[in-house]
Amino acid sequence: MPEISMLTLGKTLIVPMQVELHDRAAARLQEDILVKIEKTGASGLIIDVSAVDIVDSFLGRLLGETARMAAMMGTATVLVGIKKDVVITMLQLGLEMKDLHTALNMEDGLALLESLRIKKSLTGIG
Amino acid sequence: MKNEWGIKEAEIFVESDEDIILTRQKVRILTQQMGFSTLSQTRIVTAVSELARNIVVHAKEGRVSIYTLENRRGLRIVFEDQGPGIPDLEKAMEGGYSTVGSLGLGLKGAQRLVDEFEIKTEPGQGTRVTITSHL
Repeated sequence: MPEISMLTLGKTLIVPMQVELHDRAAARLQEDILVKIEKTGASGLIIDVSAVDIVDSFLGRLLGETARMAAMMGTATVLVGIKKDVVITMLQLGLEMKDLHTALNMEDGLALLESLRIKKSLTGIG
Repeated sequence: MKNEWGIKEAEIFVESDEDIILTRQKVRILTQQMGFSTLSQTRIVTAVSELARNIVVHAKEGRVSIYTLENRRGLRIVFEDQGPGIPDLEKAMEGGYSTVGSLGLGLKGAQRLVDEFEIKTEPGQGTRVTITSHL
């Protein structure tokens, strides 16, 4: 089963979802992410879904849940690279992704995390 | 083999989450070959993922049969299981994230992603969902 390799960039954890994960592997990935956040103290999590063709209700729920769990550890989550076909399908499927931020690409995602950090340090909110 | 449902392209026995991926891949390849737009491919394969997963999660095992119709201008997929059946179908179909656990979102959502959606289910008698999409 191919492993997903995570990358730490400063205080940001980057997780590229490059392979089609079956349910058990996806659940394992969620756990791996949380363990890594705990180990590194990452304040930001970027999940790169630019290689993901299908987001069904299971994956949608898993992503939302991961973001909620990360938030409990003080980590903001940004989903980057959602394909437009996936966006349209998720809306029609009725999937709402309220618990995470989104950005078009990695660069925007990192910038968004940075602005969230600044906002948090200025206001204590977030 | 041609029957009322068209020409059978594939039949997959699903009982694990790997089987869900296999089913998705088979359908994706077929929709590509048939010339569905990338958006249609995504919608159909996502519906397939929901319905195949329902089989594995609620019935443990079942069968997915894939047919082409109308000179390969239509795709019909049948999801069958001998599982517990759905007791309150109307409620399950009402949709909404939290209805009947994962089932509600999957059925209603899948219906929105395809052209035709038919479900036959009875508590204790299993479930059969038929979806159809046209080019």
